Amino acid sequence: MAATVTREEIESRVFKALEEFGAEPDQISPDAEFEAMDVDSLDLVELAQIVEDEYGVQLKGEDMEGIKTVRQAVDLVMSKLG
Amino acid sequence: MTRTVVITGVGAVTPLGVGARTLHERWSAGQSGIEDGYGRASEFEPKEHLSVKEVRRADRFTQLALAATREALEDAGWEDGVPGDPDRAACVIGTGIGGIETLETQHLVLQDQGAQRISALSIPLLMANAASGVVAMKHDLRGQSFGTVSACAAGAHAIGMAERLIRYGDADQVVTGGSEAAITPLATAAFARMDALSESGISRPFDRRRDGFVMGEGAGILVLEEEEAARARGARILGYVRGYASTSDAHHLTAPEPTGRGAAKAIELALKDADLTTEDVMYVNAHGTSTPLNDRSETNAIKTALGEERAKDVPVSSTKSAIGHLLGAAGAVEAIATLLALRDRIAPPTLNYEEPDEGLDLDYVPNEARPLDGANGRAIGISNAFGFGGHNVVLCLEAQ
Repeated sequence: MAATVTREEIESRVFKALEEFGAEPDQISPDAEFEAMDVDSLDLVELAQIVEDEYGVQLKGEDMEGIKTVRQAVDLVMSKLG
Repeated sequence: MTRTVVITGVGAVTPLGVGARTLHERWSAGQSGIEDGYGRASEFEPKEHLSVKEVRRADRFTQLALAATREALEDAGWEDGVPGDPDRAACVIGTGIGGIETLETQHLVLQDQGAQRISALSIPLLMANAASGVVAMKHDLRGQSFGTVSACAAGAHAIGMAERLIRYGDADQVVTGGSEAAITPLATAAFARMDALSESGISRPFDRRRDGFVMGEGAGILVLEEEEAARARGARILGYVRGYASTSDAHHLTAPEPTGRGAAKAIELALKDADLTTEDVMYVNAHGTSTPLNDRSETNAIKTALGEERAKDVPVSSTKSAIGHLLGAAGAVEAIATLLALRDRIAPPTLNYEEPDEGLDLDYVPNEARPLDGANGRAIGISNAFGFGGHNVVLCLEAQ
């Protein structure tokens, strides 16, 4: 599963999660900051859980530090997928 | 200087629908919100009242509180936020159990999928103070905020605390009330196991055939303000919280003290607190759960507190006959029902009351609403709320 996942798929899954968290769809973009979308630390824990469920990637608290945008989050997942 | 506490807004979500006035009008018309043995707030659709984020970030009991708060603040004319210093605006909201739906679903996740799958939102959703915290956050209430926990007296305790915060000068405005959403597998099974729930599924307080309470859910929120500040801003005054008192039975974990001693004391103290006499009481909104024990001990308490003769003259009715028992929300929803009944000078009925029980011989306003008239033109009533643990709360309210 992990070998075939594309960047687009991950981004699309993150977009979907953000919408579920209550972010306005027209605000969501690769460079949108989580804070601007009113996505906070509790949401990011949830996001990490979704990523783990879907892609088998474990994101710890320290991994998420400094992650401010969707692009950075997707980069992080991609790097973990190696 | 004595500070007087006025009620400027009310909001409710109940089994009779969304809206405080809906509750009052439907109950007064003799309608029931109980279906298949439960009083569900089935007209409440969270997404119609709350944002996606609010729905996700709140257990149902908090969602109900948020919706009732919105109505209450609109009713109070708070469109532009707190009409004063937010640091002096408080929030006290009671609940019997808190976010038990979250607790139950997350426990299933723990059992079935393991600790790693538990939602990070579990604790903030299930904590019993969630409603007060979330409401305070949403409406920028920066004074004291906390939840009250005294089972089915919690909503009334909250209003009592709110009244004291204003009267003692700790706050100028308080958003207060109660909320409950406990029609869940565990809570219903547990109440059923202790024989508290009605097997017939019929809520018929004070009737000889009563066989337990019907579980309900909902929320009631009131906006209380210090009178001078409220008048200065031109607020419409719905009524007053004139008195509050609370006692404990110190008798049994769940059963009321049979003579109603503690409840009677609470009624007496609430009237004393309000500087009123038994002759001033125009209406009693009973706790009236439809359990064999409560309705008998409460009848005793009313007789003891008001005197046999006066007690038989005053209309006594139970909101629970129409919506079931809203547990921690009951005291707040019923305070609102009391206030609106007093405003319209109407005693809403005790539904399903047909067969008198020996010794239960008050005027329970069977099945049809009736006009209320007071001796002195003032519309004053009391609202009783009692909880497991032996908690007794009585609020003395006056409608404008």
